[in-house]
Amino acid sequence: MGLEAEATVRELRAAYTTGKTKSFEWRASQLKATQKILTLHSDQIIQALRSDLKKPEFEAVIHEICVISASCKLALKELHRWMKPQKVKTSLISFPSSATIVSEPLGLVLVISAWNFPFALSLDPVVGAIAAGNAVVLKPSESAPTTSSLLAKLVEKYMDTSAVKVVEGAVAQTTALLHQKWDKIFYTGGSEVGRIVLNCAAKHLTPVVLELGGKCPAVLDSNINLKVAARRIIAGKWGRNNGQACISPDYIITTKHFVSQLVNIMSVELEKFFGKEPLQSKELSGIINTHHFNRLVKLLDDAQVSGKIVCGGERDVSNLKMAPTIILDVSRDSIAMDEEIFGPILPILTVDKIEECFGVINGKEKPLAAYLFTNDKKLEEKFVRNISAGGIIINDTILHFLEPGLPFGGIGESGMGAYHGKFSFDAFSHKKPVLKRGFAIDISTRYPPYTPGKRRFLSAVQGSLLDILRSLGSCW
Amino acid sequence: MEDFHGLIGLRRAFRAGKTRGIEWRMCQLRALLKLVSENEARFFEALEQDLGKHPVEAYRDEIGVLKKSADHALLNIKKWMAPKKGHLPLLLFPSRAEVLPEPLGTVLIFGSWNFPISLTLDPLVGAISAGNTVVVKPSELAPACSSLICQTIPLYLDREAIRVVEGGSDVADKLLQQQWDKIFFTGSPRVGRIIMTAAAKHLTPVTLELGGKCPVILDSFSESDLKVVVKRIVGGKWGPCAGQACIGIDYLLVQKKLASHLIESLKACIKKFYGDDVKSLQSICRIVNKNHFDRVCSLLEEPSVGASVIYGGSLDRENLMIEPTVLLDPPVDAPIMTDEIFGPLLPIITLDKIEDSIDFINARPKPLAIYAFTHNNKLKDQILQETSSGSVTFNDTMIQFICDSLPFGGVGQSGFGRYHGKYSFDTFSHEKAVLHRSFYLELEPRYPPWNDFKLEFIRLAYNFEYVGLLLLLLGLRRRYTSSRSH
Repeated sequence: MGLEAEATVRELRAAYTTGKTKSFEWRASQLKATQKILTLHSDQIIQALRSDLKKPEFEAVIHEICVISASCKLALKELHRWMKPQKVKTSLISFPSSATIVSEPLGLVLVISAWNFPFALSLDPVVGAIAAGNAVVLKPSESAPTTSSLLAKLVEKYMDTSAVKVVEGAVAQTTALLHQKWDKIFYTGGSEVGRIVLNCAAKHLTPVVLELGGKCPAVLDSNINLKVAARRIIAGKWGRNNGQACISPDYIITTKHFVSQLVNIMSVELEKFFGKEPLQSKELSGIINTHHFNRLVKLLDDAQVSGKIVCGGERDVSNLKMAPTIILDVSRDSIAMDEEIFGPILPILTVDKIEECFGVINGKEKPLAAYLFTNDKKLEEKFVRNISAGGIIINDTILHFLEPGLPFGGIGESGMGAYHGKFSFDAFSHKKPVLKRGFAIDISTRYPPYTPGKRRFLSAVQGSLLDILRSLGSCW
Repeated sequence: MEDFHGLIGLRRAFRAGKTRGIEWRMCQLRALLKLVSENEARFFEALEQDLGKHPVEAYRDEIGVLKKSADHALLNIKKWMAPKKGHLPLLLFPSRAEVLPEPLGTVLIFGSWNFPISLTLDPLVGAISAGNTVVVKPSELAPACSSLICQTIPLYLDREAIRVVEGGSDVADKLLQQQWDKIFFTGSPRVGRIIMTAAAKHLTPVTLELGGKCPVILDSFSESDLKVVVKRIVGGKWGPCAGQACIGIDYLLVQKKLASHLIESLKACIKKFYGDDVKSLQSICRIVNKNHFDRVCSLLEEPSVGASVIYGGSLDRENLMIEPTVLLDPPVDAPIMTDEIFGPLLPIITLDKIEDSIDFINARPKPLAIYAFTHNNKLKDQILQETSSGSVTFNDTMIQFICDSLPFGGVGQSGFGRYHGKYSFDTFSHEKAVLHRSFYLELEPRYPPWNDFKLEFIRLAYNFEYVGLLLLLLGLRRRYTSSRSH
């Protein structure tokens, strides 16, 4: 396994060294090849996602295929501009000089993907790595085997396999890859494996991006359009892989006097979305596998939780389906409130005053996203300033993920680094400063022998032109 | 849990919001400037004691750098702290997006011994500007500077938010066991690995400012230009801490036929700048301690290396002085050409043509800086396109370090992350994406139950095809069907 990984890396490095991945033409050709994959094989992709996750066709198209399509389109449109060196001002200290910042590829990049959006979370970082001119190895998640296998097949068929490769496999293959030397590692997944990735990267001083997760809170104030808020939460939670997403609202905080209205409206809207028998609904994704299904069942059947179900709770073990479930005021030290849920269970915590949400959220690890629904501008400002999270949305959920103008990434336990749009290009680039000097003016104060006059000059050079002229007199 | 050096207090101060306001940050930056100007003489003394650093060099590379950074931060901090507006597509109307910089929390800065003031306190300027609470760990190999920093910081800066912890590797190990929101390290790749491995346990992001073998590529020059070139090379090699600098020149590449003239010019310039008696060298630092002295000397031990010494080579172990030494074509597989020298030895490697320098550099780990002296634009482009380094400077050395508009950091083995100017502020910040939405103008296609209309709507929306969307809404566009074949 180790030898195979070594051989892969050697082959890619040889390809990278030829310089082929650095040209605009190569990068554009690979981005177009990715677009071709989407255009010609969308049916197979939808099928694979249905097979791995029982993902509804709508979600497969919108959350996976369209995301990559939009990323490729943006990269192709902007690539010339992103690749251009950026002129930078220089100061009196280095006069005369000119400076630019040149974006160069890092070299060989390893992308380790996740199982919940196995297509998008594989290809989106790959698109960024290619746009930045790197050679890439993609290791898709083995928990979504049909998608993994399809990715391997399609990349082999359409892309330049001397510089873009898919390596399939589980823990052993991933470990073998992680022991190689990479110029960047991009990992999407849980924080436990995130630590392992970072530890392996440390041996080679490899910089990493870790897109992890966390418990993303949604705080609901009472003076809001409750129907719209409820629908946005439902769409963000259960309309997206049935809650198995890093930016899913994990739990809700609202006031005691507001909660019954909230629960009522959510139940009504849930029925509109998924019908009276959600387990039969084609609109609902399945749970990825038995392991995660059992984990979620354990969470629900926990003594501190089971009596608190106010909506849903149905499950179908043979089809690995679980209904949208709301639990009310479970104990703060239950598993449901301790670990990231990553499933269709939504705890609601009630507080006396909405401001208490700050204590609750700040008492936990920093999440990837935090959501607040309110019309109170003061509360909004306080939330934005005082809640540390990867990203914050006011009065909606999820949408910042789709906005290429915003960096998408975590902080603390929810990760490090960011991507999307130009942030992807930057994540996979080294921004190299280039300073050009002339010979015309060479100030001898830089050079020994050192004199007190030279010291005065150096001190003045940070001041005004007058200071400099004054001190020049005392230099010699 | 043991409260290691009051870390709990620092975290509490951060959570209480003490360091968030611009007033606190500017107050600390001004206090730092005051600290430096009121203790300048003591800093000079400490640097003389630790490294034999001349006050001019000390001002240029340490005090001046720090003052410049703090001034620059004070001038720009309001702008840096302001949220950056994000452009949003029409589709998300009405919405507002911004990227808001926020402090990471409690950060740890490891200083280095070669520029014990600037490499310890310059990152501190960044950490303070970004609103963090900070622990600074100066290098124990520069004890006078470490002690002075430890004494003065609590007298000028906010003790509840900024602490100095002195000590050796045992203290460093204990610090690394704690949880930090960021670790900033300047030093060697070997220790960089240890830092990053420790950081991995807590998923702590790090900036590693490491080193490498920074080459000079020297093309051919007219006599008058060569005078300037030679001064810049000599000043760039032995000027900063006698070659003990991460961006210091490590070795030089030149065409064979130009070597002898270059060597004569170098010798003359070295004599003029520093003198030629190891017992009475001027304007040059000593080696930091006996360990490093012996390490540098051992690079000359191999007979074939010793035989390649063409200037200098004298040693004064008692005073830890090594004469500026030039070597011509030592073996490329000897440690002097495989390890970072970090000392006053300059190997010159001759090549048939100067373009061969590209392959030579690429066969080695990526350096923190490449210096290229040339007027040949084709060669310049080749260097830029075909090599990778932290930075590239044409026709000078070292000076990129003081340009606040340029990011300073490495790539590959020379490190990752960057600082200086706004990059310092960014390195200690989290850029938080914030999207403000309103309850009006609902997009129904966002919600289940799904159907073909909603699918087509969102498909068009992703591509920002507003005309298509309009046609769809007016019923004038064919909808997506899953049975469509190609």
